[in-house]
Amino acid sequence: MAMADQPAGKSFRLSMLLYDTRYRSITIQVIMLALFAYGVYWLLGNMYSNLDDLGKKPDFSFLSTPAGYDINQRLIEYTSQSTNGRAWLVGLLNTLLVAFLGCILATIIGVSVGVMRLSKNWIVARLMTVYIEIFRNIPVLIIIVFAMSIFIKFFPQPKAFRGDDATASMYLWDSVALTNRGWYIPKPIFENGSMIVVVTFLLSILGIFIFGKWAKKRQEATGDILPTFWIKLAIFFLPAVVVYFIMGQPIGLEQPELKGFNFKGGIHMRNSLISLWLALSLYTAAFIAEAVRAGIMAIDKGQTEAAAALGLRPKRVMNLVVLPQALRVIIPPLISQYLNLTKNSSLAIAVGYMDLTGTLGGITLNQTGRALESILLLMITYLAISLSISMVMNVYNNSVKLKER
Amino acid sequence: MKKSVLLGTIAAVGVMAGVASAGTLDDVKANGVLKCGVSTGLVGFAAPDANGNWEGFDVGICRAVAAAVLGDSDAVQFVPLSSKVRFTALSSGEIDMLARNTTWTFSRDVDLGFTFTGVNYYDGQGFMVRKDLGVASATELDGATICITTGTTTELNLADYFRVNGMSYEPVPIETNAEAQQQYLSGACDVFTTDASALAATRATFENPDEHMLLPEIVSKEPLGPLVREGDEPWGDIVRWTLNALITAEELGVTQANVAEMAKGTDNPEINRMLGSEGDLGGMLGLDSDWAVRVIAAGGNYGELFESNIGETSVIGLSRGLNALWTQGGLIYTPPFR
Amino acid sequence: MKMEPFVRTEMLSEQPAPLGETGVLKWMRENLFSSILNSIISILALVAIILAFMVLMSWAMQPSWASTSLSQCQDDPAITGACWGVINNRFNQLMFGFYPRVEQWRPTLAFILMLVAVAPVLFNNLPRKMMWFSVVYPFLAVILLWGGTIWGPLLVLAGFAIGFILFKVLFGIVGNLAAMLIAVFATLLWWLYGVSMVAEVLSGIIPIGLEPIESSKFGGFMLSITIGVSGIALSLPIGIMLALGRQSDMFIIKTLSVGFIELIRGVPLITLLFVASVLLNFFLPPGTDFDLILRVIIMVTIFASAYMAEVIRGGLAALPSGQYEAADALGLDYWQSMRLIIMPQALKISIPGIVGNFIGLFKDTTLVSIIGLLDPVGLIVTIQGSSDWNGIVWELFLFVAMMFWIFTFTMSRYSMYLENKLKTTH
Repeated sequence: MAMADQPAGKSFRLSMLLYDTRYRSITIQVIMLALFAYGVYWLLGNMYSNLDDLGKKPDFSFLSTPAGYDINQRLIEYTSQSTNGRAWLVGLLNTLLVAFLGCILATIIGVSVGVMRLSKNWIVARLMTVYIEIFRNIPVLIIIVFAMSIFIKFFPQPKAFRGDDATASMYLWDSVALTNRGWYIPKPIFENGSMIVVVTFLLSILGIFIFGKWAKKRQEATGDILPTFWIKLAIFFLPAVVVYFIMGQPIGLEQPELKGFNFKGGIHMRNSLISLWLALSLYTAAFIAEAVRAGIMAIDKGQTEAAAALGLRPKRVMNLVVLPQALRVIIPPLISQYLNLTKNSSLAIAVGYMDLTGTLGGITLNQTGRALESILLLMITYLAISLSISMVMNVYNNSVKLKER
Repeated sequence: MKKSVLLGTIAAVGVMAGVASAGTLDDVKANGVLKCGVSTGLVGFAAPDANGNWEGFDVGICRAVAAAVLGDSDAVQFVPLSSKVRFTALSSGEIDMLARNTTWTFSRDVDLGFTFTGVNYYDGQGFMVRKDLGVASATELDGATICITTGTTTELNLADYFRVNGMSYEPVPIETNAEAQQQYLSGACDVFTTDASALAATRATFENPDEHMLLPEIVSKEPLGPLVREGDEPWGDIVRWTLNALITAEELGVTQANVAEMAKGTDNPEINRMLGSEGDLGGMLGLDSDWAVRVIAAGGNYGELFESNIGETSVIGLSRGLNALWTQGGLIYTPPFR
Repeated sequence: MKMEPFVRTEMLSEQPAPLGETGVLKWMRENLFSSILNSIISILALVAIILAFMVLMSWAMQPSWASTSLSQCQDDPAITGACWGVINNRFNQLMFGFYPRVEQWRPTLAFILMLVAVAPVLFNNLPRKMMWFSVVYPFLAVILLWGGTIWGPLLVLAGFAIGFILFKVLFGIVGNLAAMLIAVFATLLWWLYGVSMVAEVLSGIIPIGLEPIESSKFGGFMLSITIGVSGIALSLPIGIMLALGRQSDMFIIKTLSVGFIELIRGVPLITLLFVASVLLNFFLPPGTDFDLILRVIIMVTIFASAYMAEVIRGGLAALPSGQYEAADALGLDYWQSMRLIIMPQALKISIPGIVGNFIGLFKDTTLVSIIGLLDPVGLIVTIQGSSDWNGIVWELFLFVAMMFWIFTFTMSRYSMYLENKLKTTH
């Protein structure tokens, strides 16, 4: 707003700092900066004088002292003799794990519910509305704790699987056990030669992409439509399966088995993880479903009708015309829901899932008494995670924008 | 008393602005209420009833201190605290004293800057299991799933115990006692471990207490007691000697029923000194002379508090054990009132 | 034979449509049984719904309203499912926490008055005069809920009047910006130092007030509503400032605003609540002693204002730039154009977003149970800890969840209604 009504070159007077629009904004900014600096100084000053009264100093050396406590779910090596810093890392990985699993499941549920809500079947559409309205309007903390209670109360104890008169049984040819301590599923064991199978598998995924590109090009050039889905499926499974048998079945499954107090072997998905995962997914899915529905509804009806007029079948109308446009509307809210899910995963503390808040912000904070340092680190870690996700969102938004002509 | 004036609307709305350094005793007297940190709900030790009245063994200590300082055992504002926030609540001055079955340890006393004013309950970490689990000793617990309440010394003791004995276990960390109980009862963990007193209290509330047992091992020492901020000796003395008065009263046979009678004077000089009919011990504490009379009249002596809240006649049904008076083979002992 | 051509002389009366093409049948065929797959899905869904409903009902329909402990329910052969006595027994606690019974009319009245206060904001066919009540209401609510002398809140309110009068008087003498700075500064001085002194004197002379209630007595839904409503109400002005700051072309102000907003939006609320419960006292002058609920309200306000700023920024962005240009063309300065032209429109557009924010915040108030406040979720644990109700789970959860659901569902319906209304006017 440069409305310079004063001829330049006139001598500078102090009052111009306030009344001259050329200088005024600088004055305001300097005042704001001074106030901000004073505020920070005031807060830090108070902090130091308070800490002095208690005879403490900010000190991060606790990160390198032994933590002293055990963590049940650890993705990396950790014992009670590891350092608090390592416990922080274990917690961070657990946070990322549940956030990652949650985002995937929430997307699957959310997209299906969002699409089904537009179903022509009245009951299905209504059921989906009921689902969305219930889960959107109940605090996620209650859902998490509720889910945990259901797992604890309604699933059988490991004891129930024992003996001749067992009241519970394992599923899928005795490979999966659902207990109230969590789910035990088989764990793949990689023996000699398994690398080749894995590499083959990765190559065939690459192959699928290449084939997809080629098929599209061919379709654009000749108009032939290949049954891409079935061919892709074949590329996905066949080579890996063939190599697997050629190499003499190098990948085995370790089955969970009831030994002593618990099931041993296999992968143990603790019920704290599962209830947190399911609750976060169900809660977030309700929001994603709304975003998906809004995205699909945002596509003008004329688009669908035009596509139909071109002779496209309903499935192709969806795949070729509606979805690509809808995605542009859906993705930004979707990513902000991922962000929310990640932040909400901090409620893990309510069910004893050992995430960041449980290790660094929970037990470490408690046992060392270093509240200031722990909470500061905790906030910085979450901030870093959030900013990374927002960065992805911005990159995507820009790439979508470029395509708009 | 310095007034720190606070920002904005909220501030103006009668937030009490006190100064910790002026002495907790003066603050408590000025506020007319004792702010006492207690557990968020542990049967027998501290839990509110339907009308919001707090009751329990720890609550009894708070009320006794309030009776000594303010002359009214109801002039207590109970601040329920989770184990996470209890220490910061005390060090930030949010509460005047903490009576929340807190273990007296070296680092809490020295590093965190608190003063423990005595021990009101000698405890140790125990294990509770179902009888049909077929376990008779904690050394047979290799591979078990164990429920622990987090934020306590329990989880450190547990880690040490299993490491030293070369056993593995699966910890299930839980925030509150009530949730831990739920998990244990539905079999989500084989073992529930915490202070033996709390285990007994929990077991007592089960539908079928006989199906559960405490294992014989006690794996740690857990002296529980009230604590205050370090550096305020006069206030620490008041809390310490209130507890001592409760214990001495039991030792000397002063009860809630006869304290008024005995305050008029007896032939036992220590009772006389304590209850203020002889000498001026109260004045030395900065209180009046019949402070101890109010302390005992509030909820009875140590033994009476124990019996009515957690003792064998209560629902909890704890025996005195280590917490019997030293004259009866226990550890409860006080310095003399002299 | 001469054939008479057939000529119909009267109109045939309208025939009813074939049976399968009308009413319920047609609707069912189109919406439930349009194909074989659809029919199967419909029938399966219907059966599942009916089964779930029956199981739930047989559990919930129990003559257990009067029981006073869980063991009483378990001993009673007539009760085979839910033990609703806990709701009856602890209803008061779930609603008001430990607020003294004789004083419970105060939060109730405050709640009803709150509905009156927000009504003119939410429904714009009400007389605009009612807005004045909305302005006064926060102070009234503070007096009602916390009690104590009425002078504190009144004098804080007077601060606004002082600032306004100063501004008007100085406006003619030193101009717009200087007058504003002086007025703001004087108001802050009054709040910081004047209010407590004058209030003390006044309450000494005319002691009017209600019995003071400490906020540690707050609990249950009353606590959730108090935290949620004060968080949103206090965050509104801060959010407006932040949104304007973010739009500003002054570099420092923009940077500070963006930094604050992104910082707060990047961390989970629970960490801010940890700050409230553990750290906030460290950052205040030694000896300052807010109680936990006030500290939580402060942190929740900070949290909500970052989100509020984003909502209002959306409202500002949605205004056509012609509005800004027109305001400039009229010769209005920045604050005038904001106050008279931009904000009234931007805020109106933002109301659905603000309501959405409030729903989110209201749900998030349950997090305070993690730092030990006795909101409904926190009370569940406390009630489970009492010897009467040890071991009760579903009844409490369902009740609390249902109460939250009723609150938030109503608000989200309102927000939808509003969105539709705004859509038609544009």
